[in-house]
Amino acid sequence: MDFTALGGVSITVKDNEFFTLLGPSGCGKTTLLRVIAGFEYPTSGSVHLDGMDLLSLPPYRRPVNTVFQSYALFPHMTVAENIGFGLEMLNRPKKEVRKTVDEMLDLVRMTEMADRKTSEISGGQQQRVALARALAPRPKVLLLDEPLSALDYKLRKDMQLELKRLQAETGITFIFVTHDQEEALTMSDRIAVMNAGSVRQIGPPREIYDHPAERFVADFIGETNFVGAELLEIEGEGEGFARVRLSSGIEAHVQAPSGPVANGPVTLAIRPEHAWLVEEAQGLLKGKVENVVYFGTDTHFHVIVDGGDLFVLRHQNQPGQMQHLAVGDRVGLQIGRGAGQVLRD
Amino acid sequence: MANATLSHVSQERRSRWLLLAPALIVLFLAASGPLIIVVIYSFLTAGDYGGIVWSFSSDGWFSVVLQRDFFSGELMLADAHLSIFWRSLKLSFLTALITFLIGFPTAYFIATRPKRQRDIWMLLIIIPFWTNLLIRTFAILELIRAEGTINLVLLWLGIIDEPIQMLFTEFAVLTGMAYVYLPLMVLPIYASLERLDFRLIEAGYDLYATRWQVLKRVIFPLAKPGVIAGSILVFVPSLGAYVTPRVLGGGKQLMLGNLIELQFGQGRNWPLGAALSLTLLAIVMIALFIYVRAVGTEERGHG
Repeated sequence: MDFTALGGVSITVKDNEFFTLLGPSGCGKTTLLRVIAGFEYPTSGSVHLDGMDLLSLPPYRRPVNTVFQSYALFPHMTVAENIGFGLEMLNRPKKEVRKTVDEMLDLVRMTEMADRKTSEISGGQQQRVALARALAPRPKVLLLDEPLSALDYKLRKDMQLELKRLQAETGITFIFVTHDQEEALTMSDRIAVMNAGSVRQIGPPREIYDHPAERFVADFIGETNFVGAELLEIEGEGEGFARVRLSSGIEAHVQAPSGPVANGPVTLAIRPEHAWLVEEAQGLLKGKVENVVYFGTDTHFHVIVDGGDLFVLRHQNQPGQMQHLAVGDRVGLQIGRGAGQVLRD
Repeated sequence: MANATLSHVSQERRSRWLLLAPALIVLFLAASGPLIIVVIYSFLTAGDYGGIVWSFSSDGWFSVVLQRDFFSGELMLADAHLSIFWRSLKLSFLTALITFLIGFPTAYFIATRPKRQRDIWMLLIIIPFWTNLLIRTFAILELIRAEGTINLVLLWLGIIDEPIQMLFTEFAVLTGMAYVYLPLMVLPIYASLERLDFRLIEAGYDLYATRWQVLKRVIFPLAKPGVIAGSILVFVPSLGAYVTPRVLGGGKQLMLGNLIELQFGQGRNWPLGAALSLTLLAIVMIALFIYVRAVGTEERGHG
């Protein structure tokens, strides 16, 4: 499956993959989904599915189903009628429709609710009916448009696992749209991070998190510290390391950028959990404690490193440790080898 | 303690009824009062020059469906009345059907316009309502009469050689009533379509429903309350229509309303007029009962 859409960006989604489009609202991720579903037509470009040109087909001929953000369940039909609607429209025999509806009710654990009107069930249940309705015709691709955003926190956690289970059990390709980075990281096989109508980076969650290609990606996913440095040399391409001189004047080995970057001033992205506090003399970076915030399980130290960048560290609280540090103290920061990432921009 | 509460409750109930009294009196006088008078009149004897004579008679009701042969005194069905009943029912049903066929697409068109435009379109639908019914009916007359606009244009285009006789036919009455009552169909359908969540239509397309299937299975069921309200709003006044059949139907295409008026006017038979009015009321109620029942069972049949 190969999609080309929005701002000349190309995305290829593999068979049986849980693929997530992640980005802030207005980044074009929902538009991309609507183009695939057929509710919107791009002025140029193409969408292919198994070699089939989707853009030449009206939405009701595409083997693609959508789980809508607002669920869009038919209010004049029962739960079972909603689930059977797609199959009925495909003119499947009545017997087969009934059998599939029963299977789907079982799959989303809604058998008892089969004859209820959709207005008589809770939000979480509506969500499951919407899923069952979209899965019942066995689409080649299931599109999910922020389906969990209307649920409360606990239900959302449950549904995340449920969605993963459904995807594994049905073997259908899922294209999932969300603005919630945590949701994307926990559920996806691969993530496409989008911003302002274009795709900024595509990769598995770990790669996106550990090796953000650019400032936007690093900032949008998880917490990140940005510090200035000077790029001296790139040792090996792509996966390789880069030698940089930090603001303290010390040279360090960090992750090379994903694209060509000229030697000179660059930005380093360092995750808070990849750095720890040491005596000033032993630190790769040196700075002054600006703030200490106590969180119970851990303490966050805000350090202004020399050069002016703010660096936030998380320190897991253990009895008798780090309690002597106070605002205004000089400290050193140690960074794990290869933990820092040189950004493209 | 319990006693005190009880008396407090009864006192509150009494003051509630007292406060309701003005509304109840108006309702009784305005709604039930005239109806009771009509019921009483229908059982009295007709006066020689109109009005009524205060003595009991069932002649009024008798004449609704039956008549005595002028020469032999034999009883037979009042054909004239029955054909008027039938015409009224038929034309009212067709009026509801035509206004639905025109009104539904119109309402759908308006409901799918951008929000700002909708008000303008609705205004255009409502504007004719600001004009007097009689004037609107005469406008239709001007269009369809033998020397009217339609005939003149058709003659000028050479499509016809001589004017088509449209005035004083059932077609004329039907055209007039459909035109006059169209807004009553459009408004309630628009009200239910405007509330319709258009994502449901997308969901329909997404689930392999073609345009026609989406209309039949998604849009129409959700607009049904509006369609029911609209057809009642059109059907009921059509049955009792007076001005339109009078102006466009002439003396030949009488409807129930004209027949009733005739009894109170030239006919000088008030009891028959009153009985006919009550018959009209009964027809409306029976028709509505059948209609609502039919619509209701259809819904259950799907479930």
